[in-house]
Amino acid sequence: MFKLADLAKNKELFSHGHRACAGCGEALGVRQIMLAAQTTGLPVVTTMCTGCLEIFSSIYPHSAWQVPMIHTAFETSASTASGVEAAYRVLRRTGRLNEEIRIIAFGGDGGTYDIGLQALSGALERRHRFLYVCTNNEAYMNTGVQRSGATMFGAETTTTPVGRKGYGKKQFEKDLTAILVAHGIPYVAQGSPSFWNDLITKMQKALDTDGPSFINVLAPCRLGWAFPPEETIELGRLAVNTLMGWVSVGMLTPEKSRVVAICAVE
Amino acid sequence: MILAKTGNEAFAYAMKQINPDVVAAYPITPSTEIVQLFSNYVSDGEVDTEYVPVESEHSAMTACIGAAVCGCRVMTATASQGLALMHEMLFIAAGLRLPIVMAVASRSLSSPLNIHGDHSDSVASRDSGWLQFFCETVQEGYDTLIQAVKIAERANLPALVGIDGFILSHCQERIETLEDQVVRDFLGRRKPAYNLLDWRNPILVGPATLQDYYFEFKRSEIEGMNQVLPIIEEVQAEFGRIAGRKYPVLEEYRCEDAEAVVVLMGSACGTVRVAVDRMRAKGKKVGMVKLRVFRPLVHSLLKKSLVKFKKIGVMDRVDAVNSYGGPLFTEITSVLYDTDERPWVFSYVYGLGGKEFTPEDAEMVLEQVLTGKEDELVTYVGVR
Repeated sequence: MFKLADLAKNKELFSHGHRACAGCGEALGVRQIMLAAQTTGLPVVTTMCTGCLEIFSSIYPHSAWQVPMIHTAFETSASTASGVEAAYRVLRRTGRLNEEIRIIAFGGDGGTYDIGLQALSGALERRHRFLYVCTNNEAYMNTGVQRSGATMFGAETTTTPVGRKGYGKKQFEKDLTAILVAHGIPYVAQGSPSFWNDLITKMQKALDTDGPSFINVLAPCRLGWAFPPEETIELGRLAVNTLMGWVSVGMLTPEKSRVVAICAVE
Repeated sequence: MILAKTGNEAFAYAMKQINPDVVAAYPITPSTEIVQLFSNYVSDGEVDTEYVPVESEHSAMTACIGAAVCGCRVMTATASQGLALMHEMLFIAAGLRLPIVMAVASRSLSSPLNIHGDHSDSVASRDSGWLQFFCETVQEGYDTLIQAVKIAERANLPALVGIDGFILSHCQERIETLEDQVVRDFLGRRKPAYNLLDWRNPILVGPATLQDYYFEFKRSEIEGMNQVLPIIEEVQAEFGRIAGRKYPVLEEYRCEDAEAVVVLMGSACGTVRVAVDRMRAKGKKVGMVKLRVFRPLVHSLLKKSLVKFKKIGVMDRVDAVNSYGGPLFTEITSVLYDTDERPWVFSYVYGLGGKEFTPEDAEMVLEQVLTGKEDELVTYVGVR
């Protein structure tokens, strides 16, 4: 268990002043994650894919990142992290780097469920040691709320509009967490900034994992989900508790549908 | 040491001697062997390299970018569809000014599928901001790959070194190699200005850069490329001193008093040499200009060389569908446009998909250029 009073003493590695919408669930999640990253006592190096996070945190010449960060392209957060981790390994092995560093890769649901899934799968199979965090708001919010592989059945997006015949997305979302579990990596979890203590605990476990780890973080989007900014945390909590969030329409049973950590020992 | 090596073997051997920190690659014909053979050196502990056997060429280039940002010396190899799949990331590697070096066994692009040699893949990457070298022989490939590491690191730009698929990648030649230690001393260690892993001095790499700064970044990248030629010449001279072999950026072969020359890149230069010799023996005043570096385009050297000739045939082993002649042809006609001499320039496209290009074909081209008899905008050599 963490205490807010203690966390408040940590440095804001994801600083204020970025350009996220008021009430952005992704910004809240990333802030909590970067606070949690310090609980290991080790420095972190980060990567991110193109998307909301990249756009609102790093418009040149501004940066919200108080840690090293690299963005390359949309589908490439995991493959960039592969390269960073390979560099880290060789520099450690040849004695040119003498300290431990942790690597965190960020991707949205578009960059993770869809266009970046192959790169993520490859990186996990190669067993690079890094934590991949999917900030999942269940659609392509950065380009204006188009459906993704994470969008739920029936959800209205700008490419699955409700009309005289259409009733929203006609397909169910893919169960990415189960796909990740199937890779046999040592740590897979789901979390939400609405349950901050749970998320931070999972972050710590993930960063302590010797091998690849993954956390799927539900990030309510006020633009895409159409709610007032002050309701982000409440909506995230409701989504988890009422099964209306991403855990609701998957292979998980209602008993297990509260934010679940799935751990498989390699 | 004198060794018998195919182009791929020579590249793998050069990579062993370079001892890069990270190699990330994916198999594709005809370049597969380069990294396959290199992985033996990894497995035998002959290099320090962290070898990342990625799941696609897209991830190969991306992992190279990730590792290069961390200050590592990074290499990869690919061809054809692999290079096409990397396309998006090529621009990012160059835009981030990362000296990644890539060995390419040049191959045609689908469709139809064809595994043999032409320059479609490299030339399609022309505008990505990479240095591009085209080699005539396996020896030149070996030598150029080593030089490219130093050139790329001095220029802070990525470099592609191409040998023609199968024609060089799979044909054995006698090559002279350097000692491992000589190569390592020649290259030294990469000294990057920034390092992502230096967490005490955090950097942000690849931010969103909009109307207010993007153009300035690109202009600076362009200027970086504009300044590469002296670096190439410097490194070639240094290499010449240790290896005794020199490769001018632009070579004129038997061009003294020539009335007609052809300009081209890659392995067919060897074929054209034979044709030039035969025609010279018959008293015909023909020659060849070999271009070794496609990017940066050495326009001042090209202009200086080519204005001396009345008739020029430009030979492309790639077609830029429906453009005004082959890709090298359009470059060269642009270069010559503002000269007083304005030589006649003819466009030839040859050898697509590994189509055989013989000394007889080369003689036919030289003969045509010499007599200036060309009806078509582009002559497709040897196509049925």
